[in-house]
Amino acid sequence: MFDLDRWREIFQTINKNKLRTLLAGFTVTLGILIFTILFGMGNGLKNTFYESFQDDAQNTIFIYPGFAKKPFKGFKENRRIEFKNEDLELLKEKFGDRIEYITARISDGVTVKYKSEYGNYTVRAVHPSHQYLEQTDIEKGRYINENDIKNDARVAVIGRLVEEDLFGRDNAVGKYFTLNKIVYRVIGVFSDIGSGDREERNIYTPVTTQQLIYKNTDKIDQINLSYNMSIGASGARRLSKDIEKLLKNKHNIAPSDQNGIYIESVIEDLEQTLQFANVLQIIVFFIGFGTLLAGVIGISNIMVYIVKERTKELGIRKALGAKPSAVIGMILQETVVITMIFGYIGLLIGNFILKSMGRKLEDWFITNPNVSQGIIIFATVTLVLAGLIAGYIPARRAAKVKPIVALRDE
Amino acid sequence: MIQIKELHKSYRMGSNHLHVLKGINLDIKEGEFVSIMGSSGSGKSTLLNIIGMLDEAEKGSYILDDVPIKNLSEKKAAIYRNKFLGFIFQSFNLINYKNAAENVALPLYYQGVPRKIRKEKSLYYLEKVGLADWAHHLPSELSGGQKQRVAIARALASEPKVLLADEPTGALDTKTSYEVMDFLQGINDEGKTILVVTHEPDIADMTKRIVMLKDGVIEEDKVVEQVRASQYV
Repeated sequence: MFDLDRWREIFQTINKNKLRTLLAGFTVTLGILIFTILFGMGNGLKNTFYESFQDDAQNTIFIYPGFAKKPFKGFKENRRIEFKNEDLELLKEKFGDRIEYITARISDGVTVKYKSEYGNYTVRAVHPSHQYLEQTDIEKGRYINENDIKNDARVAVIGRLVEEDLFGRDNAVGKYFTLNKIVYRVIGVFSDIGSGDREERNIYTPVTTQQLIYKNTDKIDQINLSYNMSIGASGARRLSKDIEKLLKNKHNIAPSDQNGIYIESVIEDLEQTLQFANVLQIIVFFIGFGTLLAGVIGISNIMVYIVKERTKELGIRKALGAKPSAVIGMILQETVVITMIFGYIGLLIGNFILKSMGRKLEDWFITNPNVSQGIIIFATVTLVLAGLIAGYIPARRAAKVKPIVALRDE
Repeated sequence: MIQIKELHKSYRMGSNHLHVLKGINLDIKEGEFVSIMGSSGSGKSTLLNIIGMLDEAEKGSYILDDVPIKNLSEKKAAIYRNKFLGFIFQSFNLINYKNAAENVALPLYYQGVPRKIRKEKSLYYLEKVGLADWAHHLPSELSGGQKQRVAIARALASEPKVLLADEPTGALDTKTSYEVMDFLQGINDEGKTILVVTHEPDIADMTKRIVMLKDGVIEEDKVVEQVRASQYV
């Protein structure tokens, strides 16, 4: 392998037989090219999935009540389950060490009026923690704080588009407007890059204010929380289970009842989607690998033909004292070199095509298609192996060439 | 140098059994210049192939420079060929994409000789056959006689014990043939053992001993008065 003379021999043969080498290498170039592009596309698809999950904090767990479908402990079936403030307090008390942020959420449609402008929007009554869970960015003013909660303050944080719709060019912060005819003061304007327009048409108010003036209850629609990252994905799964058990017990829901309480975990959703993407990529990998294999078979075929064409030369070499190992080594190394060179050409072209695509394919759910360093190393190893496999049969044939047969004059 | 006793060789051609060599006894001493003659099918090429370790005998013994040649692995055969023998073929068998010097250096490459020494040696032997100026020409740029001289230089380059020439003048005209024989005579004068297979009597007369083969046996084995090729050149 490190015999300089052998390399000279090989480059001389390759150099003197350019067309032949080109034909042999072409299939490999094509194989690697298709492999690279397919794999890169697979990665692009994955990137799209990743980006679509950047909206919310990835350690968020959503908990909301449903209908208990099974009778349990003397309670009848088809009961509506409702959360109250005490549920939230219970979670805080029991799992406080595992929870990072927690907030209640009550959603309602309201008619909003400012001066002569009207509009219908969704109001979400929440705790201050909601800002971190939804990853809301405050553009102007401030978000809801603990004082607002304590004082049942009639304040609202509005989305960028609500400001645009109702206040036009005016700065909304400090202005008063009405939600279902009750006056609120705007304390802040937010944007949310990950979520887009719909989120930016929402209005946030303190949860206590809403409970007091609106319904005068302690009901809440939904609890959102985020777990401490230190507990990890498996800890998050355990936390979901623990919460489910606790709340089902409290609300008298049969443990096997799937409909009483819904717990959604972003990480699990993400994992599921990524698993889908991974399966897709494995399929893509196999298709690409198949193409690569076809390339290898192609080069192997051509090398067999080359050995046949070179029978006489190999016979001469053997008559002059070439050992079978020298002949095998020569053909094998030649094949590996051709495979490597042409494989890399394919890799470079493929990479170039992927790079130039960039974000142009975003409409087809492919974002920044690329191949990683690891895959390039993998491809290199595969190429060497492929060359060895492709060269094996022709090299064996070359070693079996009998000089007496090869040199026989026709 | 070469001792052959009761050598037999047969080929199977479908259902036919072709007995080519039927008990050959031959003893060649160092420095001899022997021609093996016979009509086609007499077994002369087969005999040369066996001597050249390109083929194996069925029965009998073959000793080359006190080494018994029997049941050689391909690797061993390659090493012995490289060490003991230089080949000259009717159709030259030069590698067409290598220039004259590279062709001459090839047996040295398989001996593991360093590149620099290979270069020196190949030029030395090319000079010996009068082709130093043609060292960097491809075989396709050489005449038949020149090609055969390159082949002779190549055969000599590994400094073998025995030169084996299979119809070395078969593809050449008379004048060139004599030139080639002149070279071979010169090499023999220096003490090299040479074995030539030919069917041309005038070529055979330029060696020192003629072995006549007929139907796989030696019909005649005589020492002859050598005709010097130089008088025709």
